[in-house]
Formats: sequence, structure tokens, C-alpha cells
Amino acid sequence: MRLTCPLCGERDRREFYYQGAAEALQRPDPQAPAQVWSDWVHLRDNPAGRTRDLWFHEAGCGAWLAVERDTVTHEIFSVERIDAG
Amino acid sequence: MAELEARTPAHGLVPVSHGPWTLTEETPDPIWTLAPYPGQADVLSTALLRAGLDWPSPGMAVSTDDGRVLWSGRDQAFLLGREPEPDWAAHTALTDVSDAWCVLRLHGVGAEEVLARLVPVDLRMKAFPNNAVARTLCGHMTVLVTRYGPAFEIYAFRSMAGTLVHELETAMAALAARRAGR
Repeated sequence: MRLTCPLCGERDRREFYYQGAAEALQRPDPQAPAQVWSDWVHLRDNPAGRTRDLWFHEAGCGAWLAVERDTVTHEIFSVERIDAG
Repeated sequence: MAELEARTPAHGLVPVSHGPWTLTEETPDPIWTLAPYPGQADVLSTALLRAGLDWPSPGMAVSTDDGRVLWSGRDQAFLLGREPEPDWAAHTALTDVSDAWCVLRLHGVGAEEVLARLVPVDLRMKAFPNNAVARTLCGHMTVLVTRYGPAFEIYAFRSMAGTLVHELETAMAALAARRAGR
């Protein structure tokens, strides 16, 4: 598997650290009920198909990336920086 | 008072030669990191131009008679061979890291083939020309690799100098042996 880092270009998977579902970016409102927070912290889908998750270019430029990919075909649809700039 | 002897990171480990390749140590002095504060990259770029340099695009270095600037990651570059101007500190985080890095120089025809055993990036001239820079891996170790003139420079954390020399020397010797057996 190879990811195309917006800064470094196409790189091998071993340069990246997998963080988890991109849902982590959708932080609930601080006043939201405990159940909403609990769901956000603990509940994750496990899709067979398209998923969006966070990767860190650990052995490269240090950018955080949101990667949209297919867990069945391993196709990569998009890689974008979430730290912008 | 004890007399302390300053040693370079790869002191006693290089030079090393195998086949057509030689591994030696470089001591660029000083090495500074330049990290412009958010939204200040253009200001630093202008300041660098005034100093006869420029802010490198990702994956590239700027080498002039006034010094070298190597892209070294997200919103960060290394300044080699000269001190930063004091007024750059207004818009840029400046850190002297001269003693933090071990810099080795791998020279010899086909040095790409040695590095190909360790580095998961295409370093052939067509894909990685003079002044190209990559933050990547050498084995399990993070490094910065750049092509500078006829040789490659490999930057690793000073504490990893022994591992870096060992990895490179092993690859050089193995490839030289393979060639000798042809």
C-alpha cells in the first residue's frame, strides 16, 4: 500500500502511522450529553468498503493526513492534509 | 580542569570504503532549523531572498554561495553554513541544532543502488535530481536524504550515528560482494 502525501509525493505505507477513524475530528459540543461524548470516544464503524481515517506521516514530513480508502479493494481515493497551510 | 576533546558524531566510525563507494562524514557548521510562525512563511521567504537564499519548496534544497536551505518537513527547513539574521526571530522559530545531527556523505557511481537497499524512495537521478531532499527511512531509522553534487548526504539523529554507519556499511559491502561475484 502506498499513500501520496501532499508534501512528499507517493510513499510506502511503512512511513505512516495509523491513528484511527477520521470521526475523531468531529468533536462534540462541550455541553453535549454524556452519551454523545461516550459514543464519540468509543463507538466506531467497521465498514467493508469506503472509510476515512487519519494517518500521520511519521517517518516523513510530519503532516497529519485524512485518507479516504476502500477496505475491501484497498483503493485509495484521496489523501489530504488536515493541518492545512 | 579536564581537557575535553570535541568529537564529531561519527568519530572513529568513518571513513569506510567498499567497491566503488566511500562513506565519509560531513560537518556542516552551523545547522539551524527555521520554522516560520503561522502565516509568516512569506515574510521569512522575503528575508531569505534578501540574504541571497530562498525558502525551498517541499522536497527541495536551495544551495547558493551564501549558504544552503534544506526543506526538512512540514513548515520547517535547515539552514546550513551560516548564521540566521537576528531579525528573523520576529517571525520564525530559530534553533541551533548543529550538535544534534550526524551527516554522512556517500560517494561513488551507483550510490543509488546502495541506498535502494535501505531507503523506500526512488533516489535515481531522474526522480531525485541535484538538491532534491526527502525525509524518509533508512532501515527503521528516520533520516533526511539529499543529493548534493556528485554524492548523497544522509542526515540522522546524532544518537543514531553508529546504527547509520552500520546500516550503510553493510549495504555497501553486500552490494560490492555481489558485484565482485559477477
